[in-house]
Amino acid sequence: MEKKLPTIEIIEKYCKGCHICVEFCPTKVLEMQGFVAAVKNLEACIKCMQCELRCPDFAIKVTP
Amino acid sequence: MAFDYDKYIRPGKLPHIWCPGCGHGIVMKGLIRAIDAVGLDKKNTAIVSGIGCASRLPGYIDCCTLHTAHGRAAAFATGVKMAKPEMDVILVGGDGDGTAIGGNHFIHACRRNINMTYIIMNNKIYGMTGGQFSPATPTGAKASTTPYGNPDPAFDIAKLAIGAGATFVARGTAYHANQIDKLIAEAIQHKGFSVVEILDDCPTTYGRRNKFRSVIEMMNVLKDIAVPVKAAEKMSPEQLQGKILTGVLYKEEKPEYTTEYAKVIERAKAAK
Repeated sequence: MEKKLPTIEIIEKYCKGCHICVEFCPTKVLEMQGFVAAVKNLEACIKCMQCELRCPDFAIKVTP
Repeated sequence: MAFDYDKYIRPGKLPHIWCPGCGHGIVMKGLIRAIDAVGLDKKNTAIVSGIGCASRLPGYIDCCTLHTAHGRAAAFATGVKMAKPEMDVILVGGDGDGTAIGGNHFIHACRRNINMTYIIMNNKIYGMTGGQFSPATPTGAKASTTPYGNPDPAFDIAKLAIGAGATFVARGTAYHANQIDKLIAEAIQHKGFSVVEILDDCPTTYGRRNKFRSVIEMMNVLKDIAVPVKAAEKMSPEQLQGKILTGVLYKEEKPEYTTEYAKVIERAKAAK
């Protein structure tokens, strides 16, 4: 069965580029693209929601 | 399902003013989740703050909010609670606002055990006014007013609250984001004065002066120094050196101020 991928929405207008989501993602799904965070490897996402929880800027929305 | 924060945020208020990597946003999210979990009515919830970075928080949340004078959050909130005891009152503020300028209001609110929840975001410095040292700045740390190191010992805010008579005291950190909402929710449900101290980071004014190279380094420090209360019971004093206990530190049931005051009113009426 094919794995259902979550959707990770990053609101670039809100992202201040603090790196918290990128550093504390246990499977390194996110990366910095310029000043804002972006999804690099969605396949690796384990839906732990830590990026959404820790984003101080309300910029990440994960829908598992 | 992702949590819908938009339900509790005033339209058009984001992005907020806090610096990149500031933990106040994480605490605000925790507070919103706690409000949702407890099921507070937005129209019956007052969020009160003083002045400072952390005190900007009520401006973003779509509840009844009150932004007051520096350090006077506890005084104004006591007024709100006395006038409308049925209201749920939550105070937010920083370490400087709460324990220096509002130190007296803070300890007396603790002493009265009035049914409110005080969330203190302890980033160890006055961020908004330019990085002056606060009572929570650790000894030796640099601030704009202590460029050669702070000679003062720091307050342990949780112990101060317990000593002053608060009946629920908890501590969390901005790193342990999924614990924040649980601590705040428990604090809101507790009948009496509850203090939740959240250890926070200030990369702009504290981190920069104290040789933290990044927000991540500051977050990692919070991660390393925090020890849950239950885990600490099995640890030796040597192992606990330099660590900070997190979780619910103190809880007791005591007569609550607004109910006691209502009895005074009854007695006064009966005496006529």
